[in-house]
Amino acid sequence: MDGKRRFDFGAGELERLAEEAREFKGESLWQDAWRRLRRNRFSWWAGVFLAIFMLGSFLAPVFPLRSPTEIRTERANLAPSFGGGDLNYLSEFKEDPTNDELDRAYWDLSFIDHGLLRMRMAIFKRWQPDTILGTDNLGRDILSRIVWGSRTSILVALAATLFSLLIGVTYGAFSGLMGGRIDNLMMRIVDILYSIPFIFVVIFLITFIGDRSTELEDKGIDREFVFYVVIGAVYWLTMARVVRGQVLSLKNSEFIEALRVMGASTPRILFAHVVPNILSIVIVYLTLTIPAIMLFEAFLSFLGLGIEAPKVSWGTLANDGTTAINPLRIYWWLVVFPAAAMGSTLLALNILGDGLRDALDPKMRGKD
Amino acid sequence: MIPFLARRLMWFAITLFTVMFVSFFLMRSVKGGPFDNERQLDAGVQATIEAEYHLDWPMWKQFAQYVGPLNLDDDGWFGEGETEGSAPFTGVLSGDFGPSFRYRDFSVNDIIGQALPISMLLGIVSMMWALALGISTGIASAIRRGTGLDLSMRLAATAGIALPNFVIASFLIILFVFLVPLFPVAGWGRLEHMILPGFCLGLVFAAYISRLTRTGMLEALSQDYIRTAHAKGLAPRTVIMRHALKGGLLPVVSYLGPATAGILTGSLVIERIFFIPGLGSHFVNSASNRDYTLAMGVTILYTVLVYGLNTVVDLAYTLLDPRIDLSES
Amino acid sequence: MWRRCPLGKIPVMAATSTAIRLRQGLAGILLLGAFGVALGLASGARLEPADFTFNNGSEVQTLDPATITGVPEGRVVRSLFEGLVVKHPKTLVPEPGMAESWTISEDGLTYQFRIRDTARWSNGDPVTAHDFEWSWQRLLTPLTGANYAEQLFYVEGAHEYYLSLADSDAPDLEWSTVGIRAVDDSTLHVQLKSPTAFFLDLCGFYPLFPVNRGNIESAQRDFPGTWKLEWVRSDKIVTNGPYVVESRRVNDRIRLRKNELYWDADNVAFNSIDVLAIEKETTMFNLYHTGECDMVDHVDSKVADILMQREDFNPAPYMGTYFYRVNVTEPPYDNVLLRRALNLSIPRKTIVEEIERMGQVPAYSLVPPVLADYTPVECDHEDLDRARALLAEAGYPDGKGLPPVEIHYNSSDAHKSIAEVIGDTWRRELGVTVKLRNEEWKVYLDTQNTLRYQLSRSAWIGDYVDAFTFLDMFVSGRGNNKTGWANAEYDALIQQATLEPDNTKRVAILQSAERILMDQLPILPIYYYVDKNIVAPRLGGFEANALDEHFPKHWYWMDDAELAAKREHLPPGKKLVDPHGPPNGQYSPAEMRRRAAAEGSNR
Repeated sequence: MDGKRRFDFGAGELERLAEEAREFKGESLWQDAWRRLRRNRFSWWAGVFLAIFMLGSFLAPVFPLRSPTEIRTERANLAPSFGGGDLNYLSEFKEDPTNDELDRAYWDLSFIDHGLLRMRMAIFKRWQPDTILGTDNLGRDILSRIVWGSRTSILVALAATLFSLLIGVTYGAFSGLMGGRIDNLMMRIVDILYSIPFIFVVIFLITFIGDRSTELEDKGIDREFVFYVVIGAVYWLTMARVVRGQVLSLKNSEFIEALRVMGASTPRILFAHVVPNILSIVIVYLTLTIPAIMLFEAFLSFLGLGIEAPKVSWGTLANDGTTAINPLRIYWWLVVFPAAAMGSTLLALNILGDGLRDALDPKMRGKD
Repeated sequence: MIPFLARRLMWFAITLFTVMFVSFFLMRSVKGGPFDNERQLDAGVQATIEAEYHLDWPMWKQFAQYVGPLNLDDDGWFGEGETEGSAPFTGVLSGDFGPSFRYRDFSVNDIIGQALPISMLLGIVSMMWALALGISTGIASAIRRGTGLDLSMRLAATAGIALPNFVIASFLIILFVFLVPLFPVAGWGRLEHMILPGFCLGLVFAAYISRLTRTGMLEALSQDYIRTAHAKGLAPRTVIMRHALKGGLLPVVSYLGPATAGILTGSLVIERIFFIPGLGSHFVNSASNRDYTLAMGVTILYTVLVYGLNTVVDLAYTLLDPRIDLSES
Repeated sequence: MWRRCPLGKIPVMAATSTAIRLRQGLAGILLLGAFGVALGLASGARLEPADFTFNNGSEVQTLDPATITGVPEGRVVRSLFEGLVVKHPKTLVPEPGMAESWTISEDGLTYQFRIRDTARWSNGDPVTAHDFEWSWQRLLTPLTGANYAEQLFYVEGAHEYYLSLADSDAPDLEWSTVGIRAVDDSTLHVQLKSPTAFFLDLCGFYPLFPVNRGNIESAQRDFPGTWKLEWVRSDKIVTNGPYVVESRRVNDRIRLRKNELYWDADNVAFNSIDVLAIEKETTMFNLYHTGECDMVDHVDSKVADILMQREDFNPAPYMGTYFYRVNVTEPPYDNVLLRRALNLSIPRKTIVEEIERMGQVPAYSLVPPVLADYTPVECDHEDLDRARALLAEAGYPDGKGLPPVEIHYNSSDAHKSIAEVIGDTWRRELGVTVKLRNEEWKVYLDTQNTLRYQLSRSAWIGDYVDAFTFLDMFVSGRGNNKTGWANAEYDALIQQATLEPDNTKRVAILQSAERILMDQLPILPIYYYVDKNIVAPRLGGFEANALDEHFPKHWYWMDDAELAAKREHLPPGKKLVDPHGPPNGQYSPAEMRRRAAAEGSNR
């Protein structure tokens, strides 16, 4: 493209453009994005929904729910019902349970959760609602399992995504910036890793690690942590590719060239121009990765390789639920509620992601 | 183009070797062997069987034997002389993937030969459907961005990645098999067998394709040449279909390689639920059965497919986007 | 939107859109072509529906009767091959099969079988005593890799022969030292080492089925490297049972075709049978429900209560026990008091009534109570107070000081639920901490074999109708012991039982062995199995029995009249369901003639 045409504008036009440019000055990319996100009703509400959901899942111990592991076979497969009262809640405890006793009723909880559970006992005493969403084949409360399961699912997804993000972006950006032979080599490595069926790798890694769980636990690494790392380690490849592609195309683009010509420093180019530009695409992939990891966790549950009992996750709940679907009788609450929880969260994540993409896209600044 | 392909071929060989190496040793590092059984074999019998499949050899030698092409067996190349009938060549390089350890009446070649056409058919059905749904909803929501149509399209397209496919499959079976008896519940062989599994399998990919199309289209629509096209007075339809779509579909094209591979390995759930004797279940089953040869066989097949498809995608990229030059890097 | 682009470059329009469209069109054509090819491939393999279809639960490992061990393999192999005797479908009492008669010496050591003249291989060759001698020699050759070679060790010299071949240093013994001899084409002579009460039962057990020598040897000649999989190919395998293999597809189905050369073919009703390999319970039930499958080998316990009301589901007890192994080699589980305390607090009633729910019975012994001549010796029943007292006595009052109890199980919903319920009870009632260890199948096997567990979920299903098939397992050092438990007295009793010719005395000896087992508790029994077959109501010739073994040669479709007559005798409360099969039934040629004759005489 020749440069002559580019500046071939009338004087009035130039004036208007200068005006527009001045308008932009007062607002950073993030403020602009925030403003535009707020304007996008659906994304905004999806974000609010997710925020409430995350908070709720963190505060799970405060809710007056039965322990998700408490088995009451005499109350198995109950349909949803309403009501409330002193329903044997924590019946085996004295007034002031020790941490050990709490761990026995749930699993090894953190000190925060112990505190939250005590808070709940102070607030609700022995009151709890009826099994609002029904019970499963062992008489466990579905609502409680969904709420507690959300913690596992969200934690797996967030931890694994962050892990993959960290590796992926670093790797991709480095590769793209270096260019040439290094870029070529790094991308070939990604290609090689891509060419290993990752289900296969995950199965072996989980088996391998599961087998050594006792030794790892002695070193303070619990099995779930490894679970996140394994999944995250598998998902960084796409991120690396996308980031690298974006960096590469930006590097060759005219506006970076222009910045160079204008004498902008490399860090400035990188952080003021390149990073915001790749951010949008990173966020799009991020919002695809979080749901993908949640689904992957469910897939592992389907294979029986998921989170270990007595802990629950949405994946294990969904899998348990689908085995309850058959033409003879449908225990619909076993599958509908976990599916609804999972579906609404993933849907919200996707909508929020789209909103963020639009809000963060530098090409869309100042427009709506 | 030719140097590009030559370079690709070289990298392909390196990739294949690395994948084989990694998979082989990864597999062997995990507890349990192919002949472990609930009824424990007599130690002597177990040793005999393992010796027959050379599982008693040092690992490097097993790997060399597996890769081939020289037969390292005592009767083979370096042995005490070839006994009559023993093959001088063996291993992957001679096209022999060995016998399956789990399905002992079949060679890995037999198993892949049976399962691959089924997986291909299922893959094609679901991919066509995913492309049709994904691209159309993607375009529609990009053009009508921010409207109710956009939202509903996106919601519909997101359904596929908002729920695990075994949940979707279960719902569909209840709906379209038991409540409204339209399709057979499971099995393989007739056209109507492919519809539900193809739908379920494609849904995930439709969702991704739809998002990528929307993103790509929005990107393309904000480009200047679109403005020019509009300025030239072209009909909006022409602008979108002929000009914007070309750039807008680039992300989709690059997604097709991984997606096709994903359909092959990701069909496991669908295969189990709909009882389809495809390839997907072998990826997981061979691993859990410690069926070393079958696992290696499907891994190699996967590598070849992924690599081949990615090369095709890269070629397609240059055709679709003149800005990308293959010879550059 | 485009109008308001503030800055811009004038684009260079790519003038290649036609070319691209051409390419896109080409891609479309390629895609369609691939679709067509695949469709052709798929439809080429289309099969007509079989007369009968049943689900086998899993793909078989192999069809070689000498090397199989599993239940699914047994189902197929029993319809392909036939041993010297066949089992009565209900009582499992040995009846003439390939052997039309036999004599047993007074001391129970010498067996003489007479092979029937009409016995034929599916290639037309006669089945001779030499076939049996050759096949049994093959079974006793370690290179065959026969898991069940030990079933012939009751024969004089067989064990020594096998060991000499397995040991590369020792000189190989001659085959003539083994007490198996084909006297002539139709006479097989077998000399046993000790009176083995169940030897005839073993002759109907698949490892002792004959295989065709020509079939195997020609494969060895033509395919030296791969003969093991060549001789069993559908177009090559030669069988002597009621069915032959028509086609096979991995993870799909085995199509069986009636063997017209089978000596009793006249009494075989179904011309073709499909054996499916569905693993997922929901899927197999759905297929049964829509009529595409006529029998299912197991069901999910979640639907048990509904199924129990139906005429097609009648679980009956058989020789299987579900139990937990305890690794007794390491503290604290080397303490028998602790094992007893745990055993006294297993909520067996909850497990059978709330989880399994198909009429399973709480188990207090290893041997299931389904044998006519053997009454199992039971351990103590649940008693939580005693359990707590024993736990305190063992040094862990209220569970204090006891490291977390780890329960290993292989990934499965049912195992998980059972472990959860047991763990829950131990937590609440004994105050101990319980950890569940869900392991992938092969790792789980490895954990058991290498004794790297505390408690491990297990089960055992009898091979033949005798308590010995269970009790032999816990002799010290046996491959299937897997608990590290060793008890000299127990070993001596089992050894004594093999030598005892009198059955009453033998049973008493086995009972005292089980008494030791139930006192020392290296295993914690949980429940006895019931079979979980759903069987199309119209299917005739299907009987529940102690081994849950079924024989397709006896199967047929009842006509409406017979079905109605059968339904007269249904237990109360059973609901009628779709009977499957043709309304006019499908009977064997012999039965058809009988019916025609009866009709003729009525007229």
